Amino acid sequence: MTAMAQPVSIIGMIAGLLGVIVLVSVNALFLIWMERKVAAHMQLRPGPMEVGWHGSIQTIADALKLLGKELITPRDVDRPVYLAAPIVVFLPVLVSFLVIPFSHNLIIRDMHVGVLLILSFAALTVLAILMAGWASNNKYSVLGAIRSVAQNVAYEIPLLITLMSVILMAGSFSLADIVAAQSKYWFVLSQPLAFILYIICATAETNRAPFDLPEAESELVAGFHTEYSGMRFALFFLAEYTNMFIVSAIATVFFLGGWRGPFLPGIVWFLIKVYAIIFLIMWFRWTFPRVRFDQLITFAWKILIPLAFVNLILTAFILKLR
Amino acid sequence: MVSYFKEILTGFWSLLAGMAVTIRYFVKPIVTVQYPREKLTMSPRYRGHIEFLLDPETGTHKCIACEMCARTCPSQLITVKGVKVDAKKKVPWQYVIEYQYCSLCGLCLESCPTKALKWSNEYRLAGYSREDSVIDLLTRFQRQQRLAGVPVTPIPEPPAEPEEAAAEGEVKE
Repeated sequence: MTAMAQPVSIIGMIAGLLGVIVLVSVNALFLIWMERKVAAHMQLRPGPMEVGWHGSIQTIADALKLLGKELITPRDVDRPVYLAAPIVVFLPVLVSFLVIPFSHNLIIRDMHVGVLLILSFAALTVLAILMAGWASNNKYSVLGAIRSVAQNVAYEIPLLITLMSVILMAGSFSLADIVAAQSKYWFVLSQPLAFILYIICATAETNRAPFDLPEAESELVAGFHTEYSGMRFALFFLAEYTNMFIVSAIATVFFLGGWRGPFLPGIVWFLIKVYAIIFLIMWFRWTFPRVRFDQLITFAWKILIPLAFVNLILTAFILKLR
Repeated sequence: MVSYFKEILTGFWSLLAGMAVTIRYFVKPIVTVQYPREKLTMSPRYRGHIEFLLDPETGTHKCIACEMCARTCPSQLITVKGVKVDAKKKVPWQYVIEYQYCSLCGLCLESCPTKALKWSNEYRLAGYSREDSVIDLLTRFQRQQRLAGVPVTPIPEPPAEPEEAAAEGEVKE
């Protein structure tokens, strides 16, 4: 299954795990700050300014506050499922980092089926949301969970199909091979439609505006995590922001040439591209109003999936002719 | 079929137009200020509560304690008490406004025969009780003089006969 030439040592695994955990936490802290700043500047205000330089450690203060909060478990929840949901939402997020190529040799485990690993574990997030919503015994949570499941089923299909057309061009499911296939030009140039479709689907997959129906605060309080407090809530939050990083990392690997770039080291180029995509997704959030549920589903089944199929068939056709 | 693609294209174009708006705002300078450390400068036409105009020629106010402002005020919130300093001249020894009743109509400024009053730029008027918004314009004027760097006008003593002064100067019950 694994494609690594040399066996992975215990020390390497521990170092990789520590690196992933540090990356996940620092990334979430940075992204929350970045989101608040982006939102603020689009609304002509400065955003957090008080804690640290331009409010840069405001998120750490907020995290400390969340750590100190009481973990409230409502009386009528389905206890085991309720307690398991924050863990189930967080674990697949960690696994996905195993196969992301940060640089040409900075990849914890290069698998032949890296794409499938990430996408299948990303699907577990839906399970966790369903668990959280159902076990909370709260109508808003259940409604949020129902929306999340319907949305993710609808948007996973075009997501996979658009990625398939890139996989056809690269001829491999391995993320490192896909980056290697873009040594001449980035796939965003040959697959612009797939890139646009992927970004739309990724926004929906991470439950972000304009597709943030599962946690629509103006309709459903906080959606599926209404009943979660303290660090349990923080885990959902952490998972959401880490998912943003992962979908942006996939976009970078598939369409923007991964870690490739002149002058700077690979990891720097990779992070620049990832955060550029994340900025794009934040830009969506502060521009577009939330879609209605029927619009959301109609958009997926009537527009995204046909376009993705047309793109896939055309790609296959052109590749066969060449 | 044509309308299907047309709808997709126009929809996509309108999304791009919306994103152009937000990115334009993103690079614009911010408009809010960090309040306790930065403060806005009020526009010249800003209407705060009233205060005495500092006359640049004499270095003091022009109030003659005629009580026109107190009489014209629809809320009767101005209390002026004057004292004669010589045969012709009268100056206020007390000028108090109860700002919590003020509707900023500006009749006091219009009725003032010597144009002694003006709007202040004061906007930080939060207080813990109603008494916090009672403003003594004479002490406030001394502060204005200190800021402007001119000699401070001393507040005159009240007149010797208090019952007469009360009969004359009292306009509020």
